[in-house]
Amino acid sequence: MGYEFDWSSIPGALPYLWTGMVMTLKITAVAVAAGIVWGTLLALMRMSGFKLLAWLAASYVNLFRSIPLVMVLLWFFLIVPSLLISLFDIPRSYDTRLVSAMVAFSLFEAAYYSEIIRAGIRSVSKGQMGAASALGMSYAQAMRLVILPQAFRNMVPLLLTQGIILFQDTSLVYVSSLADFFGVSYQVGSRDGRLVELLLFAGAVYFIISFSASLLVKHFQKRKTT
Amino acid sequence: MISIKNVSKHYGSFQVLADCSAEVKKGDVIVICGPSGSGKSTLIKCVNGLEPFQQGAIAVNGISVGDPKTNLSKLRAHVGMVFQNFELFPHMSVIDNLCIAQTKVLGRSRAEAVERARKLLDRVGLLVQADKFPGQLSGGQQQRVAIARALAMDPICMLFDEPTSALDPEMVNEVLDVMVGLAQEGMTMMVVTHEMGFARKVANRVIFMDEGRIVEDAPEEDFFSKPRSERAQQFLSKILHH
Repeated sequence: MGYEFDWSSIPGALPYLWTGMVMTLKITAVAVAAGIVWGTLLALMRMSGFKLLAWLAASYVNLFRSIPLVMVLLWFFLIVPSLLISLFDIPRSYDTRLVSAMVAFSLFEAAYYSEIIRAGIRSVSKGQMGAASALGMSYAQAMRLVILPQAFRNMVPLLLTQGIILFQDTSLVYVSSLADFFGVSYQVGSRDGRLVELLLFAGAVYFIISFSASLLVKHFQKRKTT
Repeated sequence: MISIKNVSKHYGSFQVLADCSAEVKKGDVIVICGPSGSGKSTLIKCVNGLEPFQQGAIAVNGISVGDPKTNLSKLRAHVGMVFQNFELFPHMSVIDNLCIAQTKVLGRSRAEAVERARKLLDRVGLLVQADKFPGQLSGGQQQRVAIARALAMDPICMLFDEPTSALDPEMVNEVLDVMVGLAQEGMTMMVVTHEMGFARKVANRVIFMDEGRIVEDAPEEDFFSKPRSERAQQFLSKILHH
């Protein structure tokens, strides 16, 4: 006899699974927002005329793009908590895993976002900077009011696609046994001895969310080009 | 008002501008022409510091453009510039294109800026398009908006960098009409263009450039009737007799 599927443990676990999904979405949202802000700063540093700033930003990007994400996460789980505890006198019982995960993902994603944003800034014609300068705007004003709004508009599909990848990558927090959607599914599965069902279910949920999001991105893209 | 003294510029070993000198007085309308690659656009962009230059000096209203201590943004706020490709801000409506620098650079209130913008849009015949986006306008309309945007800053002089070169032929005149109007009101203008009809109508002087040099700088009537240099004669015969 082959394996007999038994999905009965899923309905009862749905509220618990939902708390995991909330955790996943929280990490994704924070990492996307912080990653874009820090990524924009990195891109501006890299494109600035200041050699030292440009070098620092380039080194940062190259470093984070050359290390596996799961190692960055692990380091942050091992190092950041003890650092925070010793620095801020936080009680040892305080759970810093979520904060560590958010910080690690933000720093890691910023490296990728900065490259997307740099390409986005380059996609705005050079004449726009000339026109803004000719009207008396400073470099910072021209960037903020003229170049970046256009760059972001061109980049929306790429930024969203990166966000979708990040959404899937958050499952890597299992290394810290943080209760994200994947972690929670795993827990329920091993508790009830129904790991195969739960992991299939989790996979289906990740697929449905990611795939619909990429369809949405495609739809946006099409509307922009027509 | 604008004084260009012995200006030279090179990219590596390539000489873009060689020892260019010219004086522009208040109310002058100067047309700069010459074959492509002769450095005319570069020269006009040096006047408001959009292009740096290595040697010589340019002063606008007594303020040195090349001096690193000069606040270039402040200077540019009062020197209008119109580009070949319009360079309107595509993510802003027409009215916002005219208001953004007024409020952010000159510090005018929004109401004040809008009032000035509407007056200028009316002047270039585009008040009804105020709430449209640049992409919804024709090339000629976009260029007229660009002129209005520059005028909204109350410039002391205007620089035009081939303002009609990117336009369909039937739209050239609507832009030239606006420029003629400005010239007749006494605006100081430096215009890089091949529109010799415009030059004949309103220019005081024509500067002819070739290979980065100012080959000829003559009053308008002299330039067309008896150009001194052979190079200018050739150029004129090519663009006038078709």
